[in-house]
Amino acid sequence: MNKQYDAIVIGAGHNGLVCAAYLARAGYSTLVIEANKQVGGMAGMRELAPGYAVPACAHLLFLPCAKIMADLSLERHGLRPAAANLDTIALDADGNHLILAGNALRGGALDAADRAAYAQFQNQLRRFAKLLQKTFATRPPRLASGGLADLAALAKLGLSARLLGRDDMRELLRIGALNIHDLLRETFVDERLQGVLGFDAVLGNNLGPRSPGTVLTYLHRLTGQAREGGNGVWTPAGGMGALAQALRASAAAAGAEILTGQPARRVLLERDRAVGVETASGRQINSPVVVSNADPKTTFLKLVGARHLETGFVRRVNNIRMGGKAAKLHLALNGVPVFKALADEQLGQRLVIAPSLNYVERAFDSAKYGECSPEPVMEITIPSARETSLAPKGKHVLSAIVQCAPYDLRGGWEAGRAVFRRRLIDKLVEYAPGIREQVTAAELLAPPDLEQAFNLHGGHWHHGEYSLDQFMMLRPAPGAAQYATPVAGLYLCGAGAHPGGGVMGLAGRNAAAEIMKRERRR
Amino acid sequence: MNKRAAHKHDVIVIGAGHNGLVNAAYLAKSGLDVLVLEKNPWIGGASVSRSLYDGWTYSNCSYVCSLFRPEIYRDLELARHGLQVIPFDGGLTFMRNGDYFGSYPDEERLRREIARHSKRDADAYNRYAADVSRQTQLIRPLLLRTPPDPASFRPRDVMELIHLLKTFWDLGEEVLYDTIRFWTMSIGDFLDEYFESDVIKAHLAGSGIIGTALGVYSPGTAYVLLHHYMGDVDGSIGSWGFARGGMGSIAKALASAFQAFGGKIETEAGVKTIRVAKGRVKGVVLENGDERHAKIVVSNLDPKRTFLEIMDEKDLPADVVRRARNFKIRGSSGKVNIALDGMPDFYAVPRGHELFKTDFHFIDSLERMERAYDDWKNGAWSKDPYLDTLIPTLVDPTMAPPGKHMMTVFAQYCPPKVNGEDWTDAQRDQFGATVIDQIAEYSPNFKDLILHAEIRTPRELENEVGLTEGNIFQGELTADQLLFNRPFPGYAQYRGPVKGLYMSGSGTHPGGGVMGAPGANSAREILRDLRRKNIVPDALSDE
Repeated sequence: MNKQYDAIVIGAGHNGLVCAAYLARAGYSTLVIEANKQVGGMAGMRELAPGYAVPACAHLLFLPCAKIMADLSLERHGLRPAAANLDTIALDADGNHLILAGNALRGGALDAADRAAYAQFQNQLRRFAKLLQKTFATRPPRLASGGLADLAALAKLGLSARLLGRDDMRELLRIGALNIHDLLRETFVDERLQGVLGFDAVLGNNLGPRSPGTVLTYLHRLTGQAREGGNGVWTPAGGMGALAQALRASAAAAGAEILTGQPARRVLLERDRAVGVETASGRQINSPVVVSNADPKTTFLKLVGARHLETGFVRRVNNIRMGGKAAKLHLALNGVPVFKALADEQLGQRLVIAPSLNYVERAFDSAKYGECSPEPVMEITIPSARETSLAPKGKHVLSAIVQCAPYDLRGGWEAGRAVFRRRLIDKLVEYAPGIREQVTAAELLAPPDLEQAFNLHGGHWHHGEYSLDQFMMLRPAPGAAQYATPVAGLYLCGAGAHPGGGVMGLAGRNAAAEIMKRERRR
Repeated sequence: MNKRAAHKHDVIVIGAGHNGLVNAAYLAKSGLDVLVLEKNPWIGGASVSRSLYDGWTYSNCSYVCSLFRPEIYRDLELARHGLQVIPFDGGLTFMRNGDYFGSYPDEERLRREIARHSKRDADAYNRYAADVSRQTQLIRPLLLRTPPDPASFRPRDVMELIHLLKTFWDLGEEVLYDTIRFWTMSIGDFLDEYFESDVIKAHLAGSGIIGTALGVYSPGTAYVLLHHYMGDVDGSIGSWGFARGGMGSIAKALASAFQAFGGKIETEAGVKTIRVAKGRVKGVVLENGDERHAKIVVSNLDPKRTFLEIMDEKDLPADVVRRARNFKIRGSSGKVNIALDGMPDFYAVPRGHELFKTDFHFIDSLERMERAYDDWKNGAWSKDPYLDTLIPTLVDPTMAPPGKHMMTVFAQYCPPKVNGEDWTDAQRDQFGATVIDQIAEYSPNFKDLILHAEIRTPRELENEVGLTEGNIFQGELTADQLLFNRPFPGYAQYRGPVKGLYMSGSGTHPGGGVMGAPGANSAREILRDLRRKNIVPDALSDE
């Protein structure tokens, strides 16, 4: 006889595992089914060449939530930092690098006014990020729903904004929808500094620094760091995959079952209610609660099917903007890469190529017309510099998130992949002249490759654009923004839901809380 | 000190633009002694008709009206003072493939025309029109109100904030979500949700970028479209009108109303500084050294000119100076006014077609529009600009000799500086040629008919009208500069940082366009501070 579960989670990405772990700990008999052979989804690992492993997608932990770490005893399950508080090094082609370390700036030819302004800027934006962080840890309130809980949540939010003090509140209301370009131009003079901060605001999104709303995306990125004071950027010992392993262990210890290599084919419905999942192999598993860690388009249009949904809602789902613009470059290197004016011990830091705001903006411009950036921006890590197990002794792997690489490339990715990969290596050579000769294996994962590898519609890094019109109670779309969906018993727990992308696990945790409130366990 | 200078007025209004005149008219109507000072020999600011070529009248800055608040039109009896607005509805976009898209006021005809380009879009259009119309109805009642300060605990601000929130709340959950999306999205993304045809999207997107330093794919441009759609002429929402005799007729009628209430206008009286003593406004010093005295000074100039040019930094709080420096007022538009020897022919649309009486465009895809913006971002004028073209003489023959025509061409995008350098005359002429060449692509005899052309870049707009960087809205219409943020947070209620100083220009809520609302709202606040009875309408009179 088929075993009946209290909840089935589709997808063992970090959010799916977090959700399953919380549900299992609360006594729900929980099953996780994962299409791939390994868990972790975009926070997993990938073999680049025999002996060389790279983070498949995300390569840094920006926004790990301390509460989740503690609740799920992740440390006990093996999660330890290999490096914490990584500096960001804004690379300069002449070797005049700028180092961003917490609230401090280091590096040559730095304006004294910028140095002071930077600390002030970071302090103020972190206060705003802290406010945002509060909203991230709870389900977004509905507007004009008539519900008292929603009204109370909104009042609380308004009050928290007011408690920032008059000047801060005014500034928050001013810059909330502002573009990062104008804010940076009015605050700093150093182009390198403007460039790297502008880059942080647009990474993973289909936006340029001049696009309104990019201050919000920057704040989103700061939320994980707001608490810590430092940079908050770290990597786990054992590589990025260690996070998923710890989550898996924690969920399993709490009683959750995890099946890998089992793609979901569809959500089983009975009288418009989710009653289980059918896998690709035809196996039907029953459960009154189905939680989807898949992106909203995959969930509603593929796993549920438009014909089971109301037209207006289907239109909203179709309108979710989620065409990916970020790609992933992986290189296997036969030695230590040598960057101009960069010491070996700095290789483990976060390296960024985004020399000015105009440069970042131009990189975005070409993507608007379905072309790859002639001059791309890059976030580079050398994971093997921190974790020697990822490459054979003396060798290294390089992992870079690169923009812009539009999902719907004109002329197609078949031809475009090699061209863009060459262009990226050319760009790296400007900063690390000998690197081309060190490359023994290389791959470029364009958005369609990410789509295929992670069953991710559009290959979008954050399961959907992070912008004001897809934010909070609008994420992923009205009607499904509180984790529950128009299909009774079906919930969302992925980055497509509030509070969005970044490896933070909050969507999974908030979804679990919502399920516990609404669904009884047997 | 001469005799005249010793006279003390109740109020001095700096700048005889339409908002300054609306403001002055209401204050004079209330019984105050009001003096308007204008630096140019003519009045109207950017709402002006000028004869720059024998026999022709150009509306050489603003060129259509619709945003002008009907409450003010009726209240100040502008019809009696000679203002006549001739409505028009519809539009025309020429396509590169030789076809065109015509937007007709008649619903059935419009549906057929859209269906000619895409059947699916014809169905989507009804949904689009209903959705946009709902948003305009929401915003219109907010125009003639002073924005609340959300950081204040004064009962008035709290009540107004509650009123504002309640207005939104009453929309109901679904519509409210749509409203937030609409206010934050790009016009390109918004139109992509409804339509598939490039030309239809391009035709509709124009209103999202006019006067705006943003592209069709920049978030926030859907709001700009709303800003252009909230006007009405004779109660017909979103339709536009010509002012008979050119846009200067609006200023003329306002001036006439103002003078009928006893007000005085001095032209060629540019203000050098606003005098402040002991934290109070005392009057102004003119460029020729004369002084005019009043306890209340209203600046109709943009915030940068007001606070950074005609005021002394030491009279102002440091945060106001900082905010004025950071105020976003980048120019993005140019204008070409053309005297034509006759009506040009166009390949795609036959002579005499009614669509020529509306505005027409020559850009048929969002991609071309976005690329036009990229040129501006890179410090140049668009090589393939978005043009909003009208031939007002087809409906108002007073503006040119019989049989001749006047064409007004608004061009987006045109930068305040070229690659960071000041404009040269040669560059200005090249910009004009770019505009004329685009039109000539669609008309065989256009160039031959040109008798005279006045080419205006942001430089000309700044030098003549006094709009900093040539920004037609006295400040960009982005969320950081709208509502309680306009012009600066904490100063959005028309009061300046010095006692007795007020603002009335488009740099204040609700922003640019020949609307009159900022001037009216400002007058209401002044009357309030003087404890006089309010005579300024504050909602649609027919509501």
